[in-house]
Amino acid sequence: MAFEQGSWNRFVDVRDFIMRNFTPYDGDESFLMPPSSKTVQLWDKVKDVINEERVRGGVYDIDTDVISTITSHNAGYIDQELEAIVGLQTDEALKRSVMPFGGIRLVRNALKAYGRKLSPEIEKVFKYRKTHNDGVFDAYTEEMRKARSSGIITGLPDAYGRGRIIGDYRRVPLYGVDFLLAAKEQSIKSLTYESMDDEAIRQREELSEQRRSLIALKEMGASYGFDISRPAEDTKEAIQWLYFAYLAAIKEQNGAAMSLGRTSTFLDIYAENDLREGRYTESEIQEMVDHFIMKLRLVRFLRTPSYDELFSGDPTWVTEALGGIASDGRHMVTKMSYRFLHTLTNLGAAPEPNMTVLWSFRLPENFKKYCAQLSVETSSIQYESDELMRKKFGDDYAIACCVSAMRIGKQMQYFGARANLAKALLYAINGGRDEISGEQIAPELLGVRGSVLDYDDVMKKFEYVCDWLSKLYINTLNVIHYMHDKYCYESIQMALHDDEVLRTQACGIAGLSVVADSLSAIKYAKVTPIRDEREIVVDYKIEGDYPKFGNNDPRADDIAVDVVKMFMQKVARQRTYRSAKPTMSILTITSNVIYGKYTGSTPDGRHHGEPFAPGANPMHGRDTHGCIASMMSVARLPYDYCEDGISYTFSIVPDALGRNEEDKLTNLLGLMDGYFNEGGHHINVNVLNKEILLHAMDHPELYPQLTIRVSGYAVNFIKLTREQQLDVINRTFHSKF
Amino acid sequence: MDAKGRIHSVESFGALDGPGIRFVVFFQGCPLRCLYCHNPDTWDSADGTEYTVNELVEKIKKYGSFLAKGGVTLSGGEPLLQYEFVYALLKELKRQGIHTAIDTSGAVPLAKCGPAVQTADMIILDIKAISEELCRRVTGADNRHALRLLDFCEEIGKPVWIRHVLVPDLTMDYRELEQMADYLKGYRCISRIELLPFHKMGEYKWEAMNSPYTLTLTREPTEEEIERAKKIFADRGLTIK
Repeated sequence: MAFEQGSWNRFVDVRDFIMRNFTPYDGDESFLMPPSSKTVQLWDKVKDVINEERVRGGVYDIDTDVISTITSHNAGYIDQELEAIVGLQTDEALKRSVMPFGGIRLVRNALKAYGRKLSPEIEKVFKYRKTHNDGVFDAYTEEMRKARSSGIITGLPDAYGRGRIIGDYRRVPLYGVDFLLAAKEQSIKSLTYESMDDEAIRQREELSEQRRSLIALKEMGASYGFDISRPAEDTKEAIQWLYFAYLAAIKEQNGAAMSLGRTSTFLDIYAENDLREGRYTESEIQEMVDHFIMKLRLVRFLRTPSYDELFSGDPTWVTEALGGIASDGRHMVTKMSYRFLHTLTNLGAAPEPNMTVLWSFRLPENFKKYCAQLSVETSSIQYESDELMRKKFGDDYAIACCVSAMRIGKQMQYFGARANLAKALLYAINGGRDEISGEQIAPELLGVRGSVLDYDDVMKKFEYVCDWLSKLYINTLNVIHYMHDKYCYESIQMALHDDEVLRTQACGIAGLSVVADSLSAIKYAKVTPIRDEREIVVDYKIEGDYPKFGNNDPRADDIAVDVVKMFMQKVARQRTYRSAKPTMSILTITSNVIYGKYTGSTPDGRHHGEPFAPGANPMHGRDTHGCIASMMSVARLPYDYCEDGISYTFSIVPDALGRNEEDKLTNLLGLMDGYFNEGGHHINVNVLNKEILLHAMDHPELYPQLTIRVSGYAVNFIKLTREQQLDVINRTFHSKF
Repeated sequence: MDAKGRIHSVESFGALDGPGIRFVVFFQGCPLRCLYCHNPDTWDSADGTEYTVNELVEKIKKYGSFLAKGGVTLSGGEPLLQYEFVYALLKELKRQGIHTAIDTSGAVPLAKCGPAVQTADMIILDIKAISEELCRRVTGADNRHALRLLDFCEEIGKPVWIRHVLVPDLTMDYRELEQMADYLKGYRCISRIELLPFHKMGEYKWEAMNSPYTLTLTREPTEEEIERAKKIFADRGLTIK
């Protein structure tokens, strides 16, 4: 293969290989090929198992006898004759495995929920062996436990794999495992330390684990009959090697989000070479991509029903970042970017892999149009601002989970779920007592007095509660990630990183629009607290109107901006485990429903139990000035203070976009260019009619592939709980006739 | 620029009123009383909120990022009723490089609205009906100003989109439509015909105003009827969207 040489030949530098060899593609989608007959046959088989999984209540089968590791299972196939790309998590498609190192209790609960039991041998192992979850609860303080059970901090990865780590899976095809192994062995040999302290000991232990996992990876490849110790030599091998690397990660870790990275433009280099040399046809290459994507749609983890309440729809966040602009000014759209997206046509819409387009006004028009068209047809794509992220993360970053950018192979994050800021506001009003249980959770402070809420007084108390919350939050995360590193280390994913990585401590906030509207109501209307017999404020009487977040009204929007800055500044002050850099996201995934359930009535008029808006969205139905005003408000939130991402979910009925197909595309593109130009970070685009969703609730069997985008990811609509389905339907659908 | 306009409301996202994304300014006041009007709340010239040109332009400019491939559409009501204000507003928007369209039924004499029409980048024109008798029945007035406006656009080469609402048993009469299409086919300034199926989503506004709504029993056109109407125009070489 005739690749242009560079520093990538001397040491691991995937970016250098890409920059020297990729071919930007400005053309349109007309070169794309339909599914091959093998693809059609294979996809029919896959659809059958997926359907069977639904019929069996959401879980096809579980292997309760074997702890999943990179080499735990023999080679598995769907139909070896048909598969261009091979490899399954267990020996059978959709059969889930147990990964108990995050928490054995969680595995037991999950199995119990599906009427299964862990094998006695595994039970025996964990009589003696501790898990991440055990470690965390050994170290948690009473205050941490209380904050966790009251729901002011929730979704914490203290009982499950934290995820949000992206191995640079491209390293395996580019270099072969042996090269990577030799580099790690060299590191182990050459790393010396002034003194053998905690950090030094941990690093040596981790490097040794990384080395072992690479050996296991090679073994797994061999079990499928491939020698992945050497570099891949053509497109088929490149995709296969890359998939094996990813497969190793999902056999080892049941992480909350297991992103793929940014692989399409890398793979395109092999494809261009093969097309030029006549090794494969376009049709054959599309077949490989279709089969690869099919495998990614089959990724499954064993999870509990309570986990599903938080992150509904069985998501795995196999996020793939497409497009973007190189730092030399060339766009990075290649034919492979099209081929990946084309699977949405060849195989139909699907939530996974989580297709993420890194948007820039400089992307080629043809590609933009193609994306907009697929959004209108499938509602399966999310868009994120490459202009914002490139400045901070360069041009070889990818997205972990939904909106978290990180340099591939050079950066990882300690996932921190989120703090419920709406509850924090209620604590401020109630002197640190929980508005539902009445228990003292935050340190005691003077609750609000008098009959009408005073803005300055409430703000002062809110800041005080946030001081306490930010400190407790970071300390809790420190405990979690210390234990995760210790008991549930991601050895293969970290083996595909540089030895030294930048770590971020990714905090998050939920309920931003509830807080902004509540504070705005207190400031601009007359809000009278209503107390119960415990002297706890349980409801509010609101007289007069007030500006609401989501209407491009600076009076409300600036409150939201100030709250974001305030909380981030407090978080940034804390000391973190392994000196991770604190960052923050405004993202809820589907947990906005459960957060609302556990949060009392708020001064904006939201009742106890009602869902929050997802991510950074304005509250349902309160953004009354049209979708552009809503976008302007969200775009105003400062990315500099939310480097882990700001999620916005946008839903529009098709007819409101334009009178004909062409107008619809032009206008959707206009909306996206406008939103990103105003500084928006992320947008989920749904082009759907409410009626279809209502129909799908009652007839799920007719909509096996109906995909919608919710805060940061896509889901099969029919896999959501009824509560979440209603939440999606009640959310603002922009329409205008 | 002290002139003030009476504005009913503004909408930041119009995808159906001209090319691209439009900021739509709904003007207050209309000389016509169309039976199927879905904005009867814009009729009364005394209602609405007063804006200066600057106030409106400042509001519009905030949305500049979204209007790059679209622009501003002045709708209503009948914007040209306030022709002096519209002229001043259009001049200022033009100075700012913003694309402009007037959505009008052409019911204002050209002698008055000529400068405004000349300044706009395009005209969206609804002539309501081609025969005078039907036009009077539908709107309460004839269409001679509208046809004169169309001629003027042809003379100065101003791009025009023609809009027509298809109301069964009223403005969807096929012979009428054929006559209209025959009349329009010679105009080179017309680049698009939009046929809008009648809907009753504005009915509640009539009720709120205590105005008798006469189309309660009128149905919406079927897909086949819309297709047949489209064909009448397409057969005469007019571009249907």
